[in-house]
Amino acid sequence: MSLSEANRAAWEAASPEGAGNLLPEELKKDFPLLQRTVRGGHPLVYLDSGATSQKPLRVLDAERDFYERHNAAPHRGAHLLAEEATEAYENARASIARFIGATPAEIVFTKNATEGINLIAYAMSNAATAGPEAERFRVGPGDEVVVSEMEHHANLVPWQELCRRTGATLRWFGITDDGRLDLEHLDELVNERTKIVALTHQSNVLGTVPPIELIAARAHAVGALVLLDAAQSVPHQPVDVTRLNVDFLAFSGHKMLGPTGIGVLWGRSELLEAMPPFITGGSMIEVVRMEGTTFMPPPQRFEAGVPMTAQAIGLGVACEYLAEIGMDRVHAHEEALIGYSLERLTEIPGVRIVGPGTTEARGGAVAFTVDGIHPHDVGQVLDDLGVEVRVGHHCAWPICRRFGIPATTRATFYIYNTLGDIDALADGVRQAQRFFGTV
Amino acid sequence: MQLEAMYQEVILDHYRNPHHKGLREPFEGEAHHVNPTCGDEVTLRVHLDGEGQAATVADVSYDAMGCSISQASASVMSDLIIGKSVKEAMAVGDEFLTLMQSRGQDVHPDEDLLEDAIAFAGVSKYPARIKCALLAWMAWKDATARALGETR
Repeated sequence: MSLSEANRAAWEAASPEGAGNLLPEELKKDFPLLQRTVRGGHPLVYLDSGATSQKPLRVLDAERDFYERHNAAPHRGAHLLAEEATEAYENARASIARFIGATPAEIVFTKNATEGINLIAYAMSNAATAGPEAERFRVGPGDEVVVSEMEHHANLVPWQELCRRTGATLRWFGITDDGRLDLEHLDELVNERTKIVALTHQSNVLGTVPPIELIAARAHAVGALVLLDAAQSVPHQPVDVTRLNVDFLAFSGHKMLGPTGIGVLWGRSELLEAMPPFITGGSMIEVVRMEGTTFMPPPQRFEAGVPMTAQAIGLGVACEYLAEIGMDRVHAHEEALIGYSLERLTEIPGVRIVGPGTTEARGGAVAFTVDGIHPHDVGQVLDDLGVEVRVGHHCAWPICRRFGIPATTRATFYIYNTLGDIDALADGVRQAQRFFGTV
Repeated sequence: MQLEAMYQEVILDHYRNPHHKGLREPFEGEAHHVNPTCGDEVTLRVHLDGEGQAATVADVSYDAMGCSISQASASVMSDLIIGKSVKEAMAVGDEFLTLMQSRGQDVHPDEDLLEDAIAFAGVSKYPARIKCALLAWMAWKDATARALGETR
């Protein structure tokens, strides 16, 4: 029995529930890319799903089938293909809506989570010159926007820019030493001047899941809007928007087995109704005259131009695939992987986890440092062994500054990962230590 | 295993014991460069003796945070260019850039010109790491341009 196998057996004995929660390893067979070997014959160990996930055959087939049989521009024209394309596009919207407990009219297709967040930030700018119905979106000097120090750049830079354009003030929650959101000044940070609180639903570096309910309650008590960056939560845990008590939620399709180029902005319907558009053009209009234009109701108001139809259809199928597995099981599977990886990594001398050291209120991003070896070099050794992780600041640079480190190595998990993948990671980290002579 | 091809012993030596490290006075030009994909940073100062392209690179000092490749490259570079004229040093930089952009193809680099820097040939096979090797060189070009009053 190898060291890895012995470790796994010990963990399985100590954590029968965790081991029992793992999804069957056969799932990997649904993903053609995961059958590859890399860098001189190593089986691919893909631990970078937090950046983008791999795609099951069903999603690839759905996109191909659309192009081969039904391709046309939806919501335009009256021919058969246009009808079929429109139906497929709207069916995808319905599948995705079901997946997060929403109604289809509340689902706005965007390019990705980044665009969804920008849509809100720009709609808030545009509210300055929109009608009285947009009053509650207006932002100006004296108003405040609240984010946190653990945001992905996608949920930080758009708000910095909104504040720069409008004269509002950006404020933020700090991070505690153990990687949690620092809520000590919640009531002072979120106050009657706050227009919107934009927070991550699960940190893409630390894995932290902040107590959204508590923060949303405070935000709503002072009349502020709440937006969640759900790019790392919707793919990995059951999300029901009717129970979240937030106003907007943005996520990306490519991180949840879907294609690139498709994302979703969910918004409460009365808010979407009152919100001015971000991108304007064809198919979002009601009546166009040379003197001016009126707009469609949501979601069409926010979907100018021929949409990413095949991608939306692919994402719809990805949601159905995940729903068939069950998001509770996806979450339990990942929790088991996180627990095992925390154990396997922390037993290596010189390895430090950046983020919570337990699986409590924590998702599947495990970032760490290795004493004496820069993350770029750790990643290079892992890559040489076929283990693909992310290195760097993971588009959340302020987290590195907060912890005084240049970068981290990050492993992220999904349904197709196994305990063996984590063994390969831990063995690779030890290999890096031997190679650079730090042990 | 490909690793040894990339992490030549020369590179690891410079990484463990970097030459000319630390920021020193006097200097006429300074530049701060970052690699936005990974967060590596270098602040680099140039002290020139003389005027224009004929000036001698009297000192290169730097403070850098980053991976073995970027650290070793700063060390090797300072070894190579201190004592040369600006014109000669720029020629070495151009040759190094050609080597790094070779994608591992045989470009017959001038070994006499590049000396220890030839060890970075293996890095050129890894597109994600080329920026690491070039970080200090780009900062040096920038700092020198400032020292010569070409930019502000």
